[in-house]
Amino acid sequence: MNELLRDFLTEAHENLDVIDVELVRFEREPNNADLLSRIFRLVHTIKGTCGFLGLPRLETLTHAAETLMGKFREGLPVTPDAVSLILSVIDRIKEILAELDRSENEPGGDDDDLIRELERRAFGGELPGDGQTVGTLVYQVLERPLRAGEVSLDDLEQAFRDAPGPDGTEPAEEDRRAHIERREEERRDPTPRAQTLRVQVDTLESLMTMVSELVLTRNQLLEIMRRSEDSDLNAPFQRLSNITGELQEGVMKTRMQPIGNAWAKLPRVVRDLSAELGKKIELTTSGEETELDRQLLEHIKDPLTHMVRNSADHGIEKPEERLAAGKRETGTIKLSAFHEGGLVIVEITDDGRGLDARKIRERAIALGLVGEAEAETLSDSQIYRLILAPGFSTASEVTSISGRGVGMDVVKSNIDQIGGALEIKSVPGKSTTLRIKIPLTLAIVSALIVEAEAERFAIPQIAVVELVRVGGDAEHRIERIKNAAVLRLRDQLVPVEYLSTLLKLPRPETPRPEHFVVMMQVGGRRFGIVVDQVVQTEEIVVKPLSPRLRQIELFSGNTILGDGSVIMILDPNGVSAVVGGNAETPVAHETPIERASAENADMSVPLLVFRAGSREPKAVPISLVTRIEEIEATAIERSNGRHMVQYRGGLMPLLPVNDDVKVRSEGTQPLLVFVDRAHSMGLIVDEIVDIVENRLDIRVGSKTPGVLGSAVIDGHATEIVDVAHYMPLAFEDWLHRSQTTLEEYTRRVMLVDDSAFFRNMLSPVLMAAGYEVKALASGREALAVLENDNKFDYVICDIEMPEMNGFELAERLRANPRTAGLRLIALSSLHSPAAVDRGREAGFTHYIAKFDRGGLIAILKEPLLKWARAA
Amino acid sequence: MNRGVPVAHEVEYVTAMIGGQLFGLPIERVLDVFTPERLTRVPLASPEVAGVLNLRGRIVTAIDMRRRLGLPARGVGEPSMAIGIEQNGESYGLLVDQVGEVVKLPVSKLDPVPANLDPAWTHLAAGVHRLDSRLMVVLDVDRSLEHEQETAAA
Repeated sequence: MNELLRDFLTEAHENLDVIDVELVRFEREPNNADLLSRIFRLVHTIKGTCGFLGLPRLETLTHAAETLMGKFREGLPVTPDAVSLILSVIDRIKEILAELDRSENEPGGDDDDLIRELERRAFGGELPGDGQTVGTLVYQVLERPLRAGEVSLDDLEQAFRDAPGPDGTEPAEEDRRAHIERREEERRDPTPRAQTLRVQVDTLESLMTMVSELVLTRNQLLEIMRRSEDSDLNAPFQRLSNITGELQEGVMKTRMQPIGNAWAKLPRVVRDLSAELGKKIELTTSGEETELDRQLLEHIKDPLTHMVRNSADHGIEKPEERLAAGKRETGTIKLSAFHEGGLVIVEITDDGRGLDARKIRERAIALGLVGEAEAETLSDSQIYRLILAPGFSTASEVTSISGRGVGMDVVKSNIDQIGGALEIKSVPGKSTTLRIKIPLTLAIVSALIVEAEAERFAIPQIAVVELVRVGGDAEHRIERIKNAAVLRLRDQLVPVEYLSTLLKLPRPETPRPEHFVVMMQVGGRRFGIVVDQVVQTEEIVVKPLSPRLRQIELFSGNTILGDGSVIMILDPNGVSAVVGGNAETPVAHETPIERASAENADMSVPLLVFRAGSREPKAVPISLVTRIEEIEATAIERSNGRHMVQYRGGLMPLLPVNDDVKVRSEGTQPLLVFVDRAHSMGLIVDEIVDIVENRLDIRVGSKTPGVLGSAVIDGHATEIVDVAHYMPLAFEDWLHRSQTTLEEYTRRVMLVDDSAFFRNMLSPVLMAAGYEVKALASGREALAVLENDNKFDYVICDIEMPEMNGFELAERLRANPRTAGLRLIALSSLHSPAAVDRGREAGFTHYIAKFDRGGLIAILKEPLLKWARAA
Repeated sequence: MNRGVPVAHEVEYVTAMIGGQLFGLPIERVLDVFTPERLTRVPLASPEVAGVLNLRGRIVTAIDMRRRLGLPARGVGEPSMAIGIEQNGESYGLLVDQVGEVVKLPVSKLDPVPANLDPAWTHLAAGVHRLDSRLMVVLDVDRSLEHEQETAAA
């Protein structure tokens, strides 16, 4: 293609993008003369070049648009319709440019429709010449491009029209304007042109490749230098190293573009959408100067547009709906970008209706993305992630805006591709925020070099959350449930996998006592990779895998380390898919405890299923189990008919679950270890069967001591074991001591929970901690009791209850002077910051996780003085 | 280039021993011959991928030709050599037992692959040259780099 034409196309596209944005602004600020001059000037530039290159169709069209804008300058009122018209002219120009790009020729046809409309507006509702000239107005086009200094016939015509005459137009306005304009251009132009230079992207790419090689070579030299004693080399090497670093930075800079480029089109998109949807939407942006590698920019352009469309379509409500909800009529979509910890964060927030977890859940079930029972167990934030599943769209009717088959799944996969991450937050009725984390560049990433079975691998830092040392004398250790390895980390049970297992590396004869767990976060999923050692962190230059190796989904590339060796780079997405099955199925997606925390009245809980004394399975909520152990049967000591074992520096009493359990005398003995403050107890079982996720629906109560009742788990009637029953048996002084405490400080707590299971589970725990417990099944009952008797030290209250939820109960208690002074503890799993805030607003003093029994006891034990310091 | 039968009267081959059999690679496909050092094994790769290595700043994928030809694995400590080739801008090294001299052979002496040859070998062979003392199988370089389907699927 003609170089001149190519330059024109590039420049015209850039100018048009700017015009798009500026016009939308102009619509809002019609009195901004500066803005208008800028737009005018850009259109004028395009027009001028078109004339020069002999593109009559474009020239005629831009000319007509310019005329209308000229009228705006003269004070013609700026109406949205007029702006729309100019925007459609811009669109037409783009179409013509696209054809030019393809065929190097202006497409046939004319733009009389637009031109007529432009002129109608410019000349106050009448076509020029109407009523004065009879006949058709023909656009007269010269057979050749105009030469410098020549004036097109249209311009001449225009000049005539603008000349003083019966219509009373100001004399020679056009001329004067053109004159001023030229002066302005002369004043502004020279400087910017001299400072920029267009460079082929390929040139930059090959520069980048070479710099990458140079970095590698430098790293290799560095490695040699470390070993060498030759100090003569130090100074020059240092210099080489510095220059390499600067060069790398410099070249990276040439690839950087402000993120604003990626969202330049969005004001226009939003404007058109508001018109189309009959909504009032304002787009605000901040941080458009934040720079990003151009390759990455390309990848997020479409996702950004899609997400903004979604916000406009699904998020922002209609004006009347907003007013009814007590919001400003105009909805806002906020787009912001900023740096955070070596990453670029892009956020899209709308102040619309928020995500409707219920609807999403229903739709996900209808689409078969998640089972009905499974869906019940998911927390809201997990539910939100379902919108990223392929084929998902919440708009019940497919709209032309966002329901066009390209869904959030495409957004997600685009972001995955560049090693980014996507988070979704939403406050129902208030807002939805999508947050994208993007690495600064693709080419060079910071990585953790780890070792497994003497082989080294790189893990991109972006996915790494923390490192945990396990085994040996470390605080943490890896536990196994059947074949699944898990790690207790704070209040979570996190699935972990040995890197050597994932990669099928040969197993060593003697396992290492100590490992590191690299905790990773991919999407909403958190998991750990167990490695032997963490060697170092290194800036690595990612090189694509050979086609022979591309099918291995666990690797995303390879690189040469400073010591010259090649190592493979683990792909966090690939690893996530393998550790948790399909990465987008929520069940595999979250840890059991997280899932358990998604509970509602009939919640699912992860249960440890085991056998003891009979074929029938028994189960206990895994959250109550501190550890699962297998001990040597010979280590079991017997005294006074009781079983004990030396355990972690103390003597731990062992109790068979029932009399039918045979305590083994050889081989290994499986144990469930429960720890309650200073006390540990081992429950002797025959066999650990599995860990399952089940809705705990205790159908049949039980009179048998130690059994809460039975529930159907995986189709089998299963006894649910009451752990609280065994503690006093194991420690004769346990309850006894608690009772003395009870006498000394009689404290009363009220426990309000609609789930019988939790009432049964927590009551003994609370009693054991020295409280008199009043357990009630609903807020209504609680209010009734408190009406007559408010002498409770604490009211512990479940949040998710039918009829009256915990927040409502708290608000009502706070509103009543008789009960306003009570200390309220919320017991819930919705421990999102928003939920905690909500709890605080409602009047809860503490907000703790439902399974955090230790946390609950700790709060109850807190000296009353400290009480005011709320959670 | 794909079947190694150019129009010229004579073709030059780099010869190599793989599991006791003499092979020839068209010289225009051979970039260099090197001793594979510091080979990094690639977990989960198909068995014939011996690993990756750094050759003067390029990452080279090493293909174990013994494996590729279904021959018994090389014993521990048995030396190997690598023949560097390129395909679609990617660098590969074919691991062989030993690299011999370069031979110039008349095209007329090239026979088609005998019908009774192991089908796996037939696929990788572009023909057979009758040398005075032995037979030299002409290796189809591109096919040597193909995925072994059954292993690729694993």
